[in-house]
Amino acid sequence: MRDDRVLAERVPKARSARLFFMTVIGRAYPRIIALKREKSWLAFDILLPLIGVAAYVFVYRALDAPEAYIGFVILGGAMTAFWLNVLWGMSSQLYWERESGNLVLYIMAPAPMMAILLGMALGGMTATTLRAGVILVLGSLLFGVELSVQAWLPLLAVFLLSLAALYGMGMMFASLFLLFGREAWHWVNLLQEPVYLLSGFYFPVRSLAYWVAVLASFIPLTLGLDAMRQLVIPDGERYGFLPVSVELAGLAVLSVVFIAAAKFLLDYLERLAKQEARLTESRK
Amino acid sequence: MDGLRRFWFGFKVGAWLGWQIESNWTDPFLFAVYSVIKPLAAAAILVVMYAVVSRNAFEHPLFTYIYLGNAFYMYVGGVLQGVSWAVVEDREHYRTLRYVYITPVSFMAYLLGRGLARFVITTIAVLVLLASGVLFLHLRLDWAAVNWPLFLAGLFLGVTMLAFMGLMLAGVLMLTVHHSWFVGEAVGGALFLFSGAIFPLEVLPQWLRPVGYALPITYWLELLRRTLVGSTARAFPTFAHLETPELFALLAAMTAGVMLLGGVVFTACERYARRAGLVDRVTNY
Repeated sequence: MRDDRVLAERVPKARSARLFFMTVIGRAYPRIIALKREKSWLAFDILLPLIGVAAYVFVYRALDAPEAYIGFVILGGAMTAFWLNVLWGMSSQLYWERESGNLVLYIMAPAPMMAILLGMALGGMTATTLRAGVILVLGSLLFGVELSVQAWLPLLAVFLLSLAALYGMGMMFASLFLLFGREAWHWVNLLQEPVYLLSGFYFPVRSLAYWVAVLASFIPLTLGLDAMRQLVIPDGERYGFLPVSVELAGLAVLSVVFIAAAKFLLDYLERLAKQEARLTESRK
Repeated sequence: MDGLRRFWFGFKVGAWLGWQIESNWTDPFLFAVYSVIKPLAAAAILVVMYAVVSRNAFEHPLFTYIYLGNAFYMYVGGVLQGVSWAVVEDREHYRTLRYVYITPVSFMAYLLGRGLARFVITTIAVLVLLASGVLFLHLRLDWAAVNWPLFLAGLFLGVTMLAFMGLMLAGVLMLTVHHSWFVGEAVGGALFLFSGAIFPLEVLPQWLRPVGYALPITYWLELLRRTLVGSTARAFPTFAHLETPELFALLAAMTAGVMLLGGVVFTACERYARRAGLVDRVTNY
């Protein structure tokens, strides 16, 4: 066995449940507390998306679209907050941490990397849920959208499974993008609008060709958003792509697959970081 | 004469550097694909929205209105962001702003040059978008009937106006720390709503319309539509009372105003940033 491999295996990360839990709390804390300390998010994270959503609402108004479409846009607009958070707050996070010099500390610390990423995800999820909620309420009030929940339990299950799968995907991307250099920023940037299109953020996903919608279902928000629309918007079922039960099952599978893939990739990256000692180098 | 030479040199260097930053992170083919995928996807969202509700009535004038407005609005994001983003990128990411600032070139010209690179990339995306519209979506664009001199003059005026708006924003970004990353996007998003890019201003509530009428971008987009698809563009009531030469004159006057304002705001912000020692600040935020 090569010396560097021996070294990598002789310095394992601590594996106690308490350390894992404390790391999750520690990494989630700054994301949640920032909501209280840095109030400017009210303008930038709520006003900005609302303006974008309003533009799409007025397009539908110009087209005399049925009122359900306004509801689709408001709900889709609220969910963009999660996609943006996953892209910029999760996927590219380790890349930014490397550029600012923190990544080397993460790798050296006894805390498991999976816990660090999970903390980022939980913190981001909590903060973003608040943002998305405000956008949904304000948007509904501004444009007179009627929302009526058909069944709370399936709705909660869809929402939680969507977030689990989505943030699992974000954790997986975080590891992947760390392998990139300067192009990481461009890849994250590139994933924004195409996913808005494929996941049907501003229109029912069944409007796309059937097989395009099936392929788009690998993005967790496609199924999540479609199921939520069916459960929240009156007449929403008429525009649904698949039955809610099928979409729930799909989301459960995606959650497991993405979280497992994230764990696998993180382990691989940690090994690479220790063996090659180059992963934490800034590559501007 | 020396001032002009310094300005030109700064512009040239900024444009070259901007192009390198934008394009040399990958091979040319991937870069070309990357440059058109984002705008194509953004346009496709609108196309699908339109198609679903109108049942594919692409021959309707409203589709041409939306499609062209959205295509040319890409310049707003591209140029505005290209000029202003350079401050944040050089200061926070590459950490070279201090070195650029002390070189004997015009800093204003350097930033305008950085915007030129984004202008070129956006132009490629706009051309691809227009070609896709004509080829696949029956966009009512008759190349022979286009008023080319007026179109090119309008395009030049608009891009100049956007560059100086970007300069104004760049000045503000030299003074701000938090959320510098989002300011360009926020301004672009707000202008998207009010400039009648993807729906006629009449769709906005009465009390919001004056915002749209006060924006030069609204006049610019209308002028471009008229030069490209004259009668189709005139089917909408927003500027029906204005003849095309009047529209052009208004746009020219507004552009001159924005250039003056942009120059003044940028110079004032730059002076303040220099006095307060903000030029070489790195926030890590």
